[in-house]
Amino acid sequence: MRPSNLQWKTRLGDRVPEPLSSEIDVFENEIALRKQGKIEDRIFAETRLRRGAYGQRYDNGQRSDGQTTRTLNYPDVPTKGPNTIWDAPGMQRIKIPFGGLNAPQMETLADLCEEYSDGIAHITTRQDVQLHFIHIDDTPALMRRLAAVGITTREACGNSVRNVTACPIAGVCREQTFDVTPYAKAITYFLLGHPDAQSFGRKFKIAFSGCKENACGLVRLHDFGAIAVTREENGKTRRGFELWVGGGLGPVPQQARLYDEFVPEEEILPISQAIARVFARLGEKKNRNTARLKFLVSKLGIEEFKKLVAAEREILPYDPRWTSYLKDVADYKEEPLKPAALLQIGQPRPEGFEQWHRNNVYQQRQQGYATVTVALPLGDATATQLRALADISRKYMKETVRSTVEQNLVLRWVSEADLPALYTELKHAGLATPVAGTIVDVSSCPGTDTCKLGISSSRGLAGELRTRLAAKNAEMDETIGGLRIKVSGCFNSCGQHHVADLGFYGVSRKKGSYTVPHFQVLLGGEWGNNAGTYGLAIGAVPSRRIPETVDRITTRFRTERMTNETFQAFIKRLGKAECKKMIDEFTAIPSHDEDASFYSDWGDPREFSIGDIGVGECAGEVIYPIDFELVACEREVFEAQLQLEAGNVEKAARMAYESMLHGAVALLKFRFMFASDTPDKIVEDFRKNFYDTEIFFDPFVKGKFAQDFFKANEEAGTIRTAEKTHQLIEEAQLFIEACYACHARMTATPAKVTA
Amino acid sequence: MLRLPRAHDGDAGKGNGVIHPDSVQHINVKVFVAAGVKIDVADAVGVFHRWIKDSVCPEMLIDVAEYRHVPAGPGILLIGLEANYSFDERENRLGLLYNRKAPLDGTFEARLAQAHQAALAACDLLEKDAAFGGKLKFDRSSLEVFVNDRLLAPNTDETWQALKPELAKYFPNAAIERRGEPRDLFRVAVY
Repeated sequence: MRPSNLQWKTRLGDRVPEPLSSEIDVFENEIALRKQGKIEDRIFAETRLRRGAYGQRYDNGQRSDGQTTRTLNYPDVPTKGPNTIWDAPGMQRIKIPFGGLNAPQMETLADLCEEYSDGIAHITTRQDVQLHFIHIDDTPALMRRLAAVGITTREACGNSVRNVTACPIAGVCREQTFDVTPYAKAITYFLLGHPDAQSFGRKFKIAFSGCKENACGLVRLHDFGAIAVTREENGKTRRGFELWVGGGLGPVPQQARLYDEFVPEEEILPISQAIARVFARLGEKKNRNTARLKFLVSKLGIEEFKKLVAAEREILPYDPRWTSYLKDVADYKEEPLKPAALLQIGQPRPEGFEQWHRNNVYQQRQQGYATVTVALPLGDATATQLRALADISRKYMKETVRSTVEQNLVLRWVSEADLPALYTELKHAGLATPVAGTIVDVSSCPGTDTCKLGISSSRGLAGELRTRLAAKNAEMDETIGGLRIKVSGCFNSCGQHHVADLGFYGVSRKKGSYTVPHFQVLLGGEWGNNAGTYGLAIGAVPSRRIPETVDRITTRFRTERMTNETFQAFIKRLGKAECKKMIDEFTAIPSHDEDASFYSDWGDPREFSIGDIGVGECAGEVIYPIDFELVACEREVFEAQLQLEAGNVEKAARMAYESMLHGAVALLKFRFMFASDTPDKIVEDFRKNFYDTEIFFDPFVKGKFAQDFFKANEEAGTIRTAEKTHQLIEEAQLFIEACYACHARMTATPAKVTA
Repeated sequence: MLRLPRAHDGDAGKGNGVIHPDSVQHINVKVFVAAGVKIDVADAVGVFHRWIKDSVCPEMLIDVAEYRHVPAGPGILLIGLEANYSFDERENRLGLLYNRKAPLDGTFEARLAQAHQAALAACDLLEKDAAFGGKLKFDRSSLEVFVNDRLLAPNTDETWQALKPELAKYFPNAAIERRGEPRDLFRVAVY
């Protein structure tokens, strides 16, 4: 406990407004009570999550050093959640609604990351800020300091309405229908702490977009996504939203469904409340793997869901807040600090300015003003950089800064004539890297660096790709330069790999007694059209060979692209079989003796292991039949994709289901040397020996992948739509991944635990 | 519904009245790498992982964090429970930073001595580590001392007046100079 923690309350006094002040007092008391053992750890865990205080890797007190798993000798005090050590560093997520930041907020974030964290503020793919390596005892002081500058961490995590995201160029965008900022702000504070949004089975994500075509809002991957639209009625222009519901990424990605082509602006808050009520009442509560809104929408069907929401809307008691903010919407606008002035042709320009201007500067709809993107490497900014940005935002604009879902910051309302001077100041602060929106600007979730769920090092890979691609940046043509790469450390998709041209998510593979870090390669996801298309996996490649894989794919696109052909169209034209051929030569894993580098991950010299269980030392190369059988299953899933692509829906569904059956058989044979050849008996044996015993359970999603298998068995032989078959293929892919992981766990030498 | 206010001014640089040296905690010491030394800082990642494995420090060591991709940033950190060690690159000056997180009993001088000795001990270990091939040398006469707590010790004249005599007593033969702007941590150069 830092001695200053308790003093901050007095120091800040009434600068911490109600009700935030009281809420933080309550949390501080809950911390004290938990330390006295008077609150159950699972209750305390949800309490802190709803304040944004999240767990971090190794907080169970176990850590692999590459050879063995060691116990970290933390003091013996109560846990802060089930199996979560009190003193273990955690992560603090800080909500930044629609990404809006001002100068004092950036200065406070700078102070906090220096004093409580590791000196870095990390921008997330939801426009949040995250601080890592935070001690739970420090969180009340940290929250008070944030509250004093108008920021809350409330409901940043947990089963709640997460940070509401919006286009970072809303209001200055040339293509927008109207500025969605005031609506995003209104819904944020309407639903924050709202009684109808407190009993969800899972999180609920909201996004606003100013137009349909661009990607900034990524509406179609959200639970509740609103696109600005207008209608002419009685000679007047009426504002409203095209509303999409039930989208999401994660292990089972799903595109949102169209709820209504036009929800009038005065209805957007009450509809959000009605949806929250329906979700809270009917959404899954026990099984968190099927508890997101997307599963409820799928289960009910969009028409039934709409009926239920409409019925709920009918009985909602009137709330003046639904529309009270609208009277100010027409007047809502940010203002520039400086007069509009164009960049003059003869104006002196510093070295490097042109490339930066080309990639990082966006000409606003307001003539003479520009929005500048500050491309942050892996979303990271130092305290010094945040202070520099605060100064710059005061000098050139009226502190109009926003974070972006691409883990960058944008500076809005810069007078164009100021751009050379601004560039010079950003460059001095190390903030003028000219790569915004290019292939170099790789996004990544925290992955194994700090996330408890990470399988492979997403940040390690992203950093390596960024370094290699930056070296080639100047010579890359626009065809390649405009592609996007996104990396996730696991299938949970926090890196948004589904909506990248080239997406990667972390998996692992066995090679003898070793576990080798890999990434699944996804091609052809669409960033535009509000994340209009998700990429599909084409195969897993060892982490070490991903840079070569990127090089191969991008080179082929550059050399074989037809005139004006997009990357998505190119991938579609090649077909999945040809795409897989491109990566096949990179899938081989040399033996440990030949190249040990394959057995550690990017940026981490420890021998790779999954979870905290160290993989035993190599006792010679042992290849089990299951190694081959699971590879065959993977191939079957891939072939199912090809069949679906060819329009053979029934065959594709059958193959996907059979790949799951064969995965189960492989595990049964590995364990018992024998497996039935009757599907129902296979399922029965698998359930008894792998599901009921929880051997097959994933640490995060538990038995979800097995449940998908059981469902596929129940529905075997029924006629599926192409969409349902697509989903079955996704589930089969993940089931096979889970078979690999289960096999890895079963064959890992029991960890030698040393103090 | 909660309504959040317009942001207030930050706290940075605002004096907190009288500073009592013995109430100051979280003293950091950074020892700069000697002029002309050329090493690959990335090698520190493996070294720090080994330090965790072999428990070479008195503090409980937990993890390694790497920020080489950020210019003039915190570099490579060895995260501990009571303190962090890092190859720090702030202001583009490479050095070994000891960042004391857990409070300590005793006087300001005792806390400064603890941080200083911990930093020097880490420098000794790093210089001897084969990973750097004998190329790494620290200039032990070129230091910075920070206080990583703006409430206990803001970077103000009051703090400077309160801590200067204590610093001068501990470093009797060195020049001591206050550094940074009011928003920065309280920081002095010792040379």
